[in-house]
Amino acid sequence: MLKRLNGQDDMTGAEIPIRDAAFPAPFVSGLEYNAPARGPWNIVHTGMLIPESHQVFACAQGCLRGVILTAAEMLEMGRMSWISVDRNDLFDGSLERNIVDGTAEIIRKLPKKPRALLLFISCVHLFAGCDFEFMLGELRAMFPDIDFIDCYMNPTMRKSGLTPDQLMRRQLYALFAPCPADPKTVNLIGNDRPTDGTSELAQLVKLAGWELRDITLCRNYEEYMRMAKSTLEITYLPTAKASGDALEKRLGRKHLYLPLSYDFDEIERNLASLADALGIAAPDWSEAKRNALRALDRAKEIVGDTPVEIDYTATPRHIGLAALLAEHGFHVTRVYTDAMIEEERPAFERLRALAPDLLLTATVHAKMRFAGKGVHERGDVLAIGQKAAYFSGTKHFVNIVSGGGMYGFDGIARLADRMVEAATHEQDTETVIQYKGLGCRSCL
Amino acid sequence: MKQTARIISIHAADTSGVCSMLYELGGMVVVHDASGCNSTYSTHDEPRWYRQDSMIYISALTEADAVLGNDEKLIADVTSAARDLSPRFIAICGAPVPLLAGTDFPAIAAEIEARTGIPCFGLHTSGMHSYLTGASEALEAVVSHFCTDSLLRTEKPTANIIGATPLDFSISGATDSIRAWLAKAGFELVSCMAVGSSLDDIRRASSAHVNLVVSSCGLATAELLRQRFGTPWVAGVPVGERFPAVLAEALSDAAESGKCALPCAERDATGSAKRIVIPGESIFSGSLARAVELDTGVPCRVLCPLEAEDRLLAPGDQRIFDEDAAAAAFAGASGVIADPMYAPVCPPDVPFRRLPHEAFSGRCYRKESLNLIDRPLPWRL
Repeated sequence: MLKRLNGQDDMTGAEIPIRDAAFPAPFVSGLEYNAPARGPWNIVHTGMLIPESHQVFACAQGCLRGVILTAAEMLEMGRMSWISVDRNDLFDGSLERNIVDGTAEIIRKLPKKPRALLLFISCVHLFAGCDFEFMLGELRAMFPDIDFIDCYMNPTMRKSGLTPDQLMRRQLYALFAPCPADPKTVNLIGNDRPTDGTSELAQLVKLAGWELRDITLCRNYEEYMRMAKSTLEITYLPTAKASGDALEKRLGRKHLYLPLSYDFDEIERNLASLADALGIAAPDWSEAKRNALRALDRAKEIVGDTPVEIDYTATPRHIGLAALLAEHGFHVTRVYTDAMIEEERPAFERLRALAPDLLLTATVHAKMRFAGKGVHERGDVLAIGQKAAYFSGTKHFVNIVSGGGMYGFDGIARLADRMVEAATHEQDTETVIQYKGLGCRSCL
Repeated sequence: MKQTARIISIHAADTSGVCSMLYELGGMVVVHDASGCNSTYSTHDEPRWYRQDSMIYISALTEADAVLGNDEKLIADVTSAARDLSPRFIAICGAPVPLLAGTDFPAIAAEIEARTGIPCFGLHTSGMHSYLTGASEALEAVVSHFCTDSLLRTEKPTANIIGATPLDFSISGATDSIRAWLAKAGFELVSCMAVGSSLDDIRRASSAHVNLVVSSCGLATAELLRQRFGTPWVAGVPVGERFPAVLAEALSDAAESGKCALPCAERDATGSAKRIVIPGESIFSGSLARAVELDTGVPCRVLCPLEAEDRLLAPGDQRIFDEDAAAAAFAGASGVIADPMYAPVCPPDVPFRRLPHEAFSGRCYRKESLNLIDRPLPWRL
């Protein structure tokens, strides 16, 4: 196995001090390991956000297995069906016919017709030149009362354009067609969990007298489709930005990308942009900032010099979060990230100057198979994110994915409070991080 | 239509079978795939993933590498990781896109073996078959390479268990129970392929007097050992109260006579009488059917949704290829013993007994897993 050098496993290639790290890709790609942290959502979880919808996956057995059991674990098998692709289908010209006939048969067997059907094809269909438009056309003609959405499970193409996650978040809104807008309505697009009502974003919308619409809050299909009529689109997750751009182009509505941030100036700029779009003057955020600073101080008092480790699943701005915490005296020692996004560059430079010895650690590198559960003993650790919890072996961790619905100054204060809670309470890490799709129901 | 299901699950795929079978043997397994295979396997198909380290990886295949046939990246990445991690062997296998691209895994394996000096096997998975085919090919490749010497047999009867993986036996203690039962039956264990035994244990497989095949994924390896060393095999799992004695006798007979036996299929499920139906892997389900019949007198029929040689099924057993066939068979049955994910297609008036099968429902019902080895059956039938 790994050779021990100076009493430590040789982690060359899998970790690097930030002072020596290249941006945005600090590690060479190679074989990949999959750490057992299952909180981040996949395309099945995301697709289930459309109320009264049904999913049909057409793909090979190996690919089907993961999506079917995702639905099973979240107790939604009643909304999941499948069509398997076998070797002959790839070569005998029957791909499209099998999918059309299979989907039609599934619909006829459902106890109740879904309002929308998400039809997923996979990498092999795209490689084989499958005519998705033809299939959808046939199905729409057969079932005019069902809205069909083309969806994709194509991880092989993840570096050729949008990733499957980005595509899924975009296709969630593919049914929205140009229509007259409801005045003073704003959509929060592409999130998989509600944003805290106490966030400045939500408060600002309320203050302006606008209605905030969010797929995570939709209770039925009508509420979901009502989102098509909103005046303004907001996204704040990088994986959702393409959704907002697509809606802006298709519906002719304004899209504001107000990235989740841990930088006070950027947060204030975001809120100013939002206030401007809502047609109100930007409030004074001094008190909100002071609250955030007070929460960070409180957390620092409790956490003390305990090493803090952060991973990329906790928040897309994990480098920015590390920089914020380092600036406020936290002993941030490690960030788990395989690659960074361009919008993190300023935070990366700041963090490099603040904490040059901080380690960037890959999560998928082959050596990481032997680096989990705290085998590299480094005492007590406060982790932010499930992968950081797994690798560090700590029982003290903030259990969030994708920012956890915390946004703005309020989000920073809440996150600081969550750090206090994590520092003072133990969790059963092995059990907690293996639940799939944090926030979803689970049969486990 | 075939290949379509409204609500039931699907069995673990061949790539998972490879990984599961080789998990504990100190080798490195690389699935040539973008990302999903490893995540699915490690989440749903591998209960050992958190607590027991094993070198199971994906190649992180990209569209560009697939289209351009950049096999060199795979070869270089595997070689690099192997130099870091020093596995005992390397197995590489593929998902659907490499199948479409015509990736030549045996040739790639030969190249990796030449560069690393580590035995490397190229397997023929595609993500389009069940775990049984992958597990079967993987075990056969390893045994074929490492079990070459004909070792002396001891006077005391010895046996290998072949075909055990958590996909069929979960982590309910069933494999430990099979070992204990084997000892009780007078056989010393040489190796259990491939749970709880090392590659070095498996290297000594030729010293066994007889092989016990507990899943159809072990049959090809058992045949290999028979052809290479003359070791007979017996197919069956010692479930229930009375069948274990039948199986023990079959093992002793085989060890003495050198003839193979299939006690799991020594049944007759023909005729129109209503029967309890048992869908699942052929050797386990056949053994359970036999056990139910012996222990309760209630007639059974195996429903086989997976790949299985004809000889593993009894007359009257039925192959089922899709959800509709399962539903129809359930409707005509006196009862069903099956994984809970079959329950939605079982008519409400047909008694349904839950028997979780990890290869079908993953970890969903792991807490309900039953150990049926050498003990009374838990159902009143």
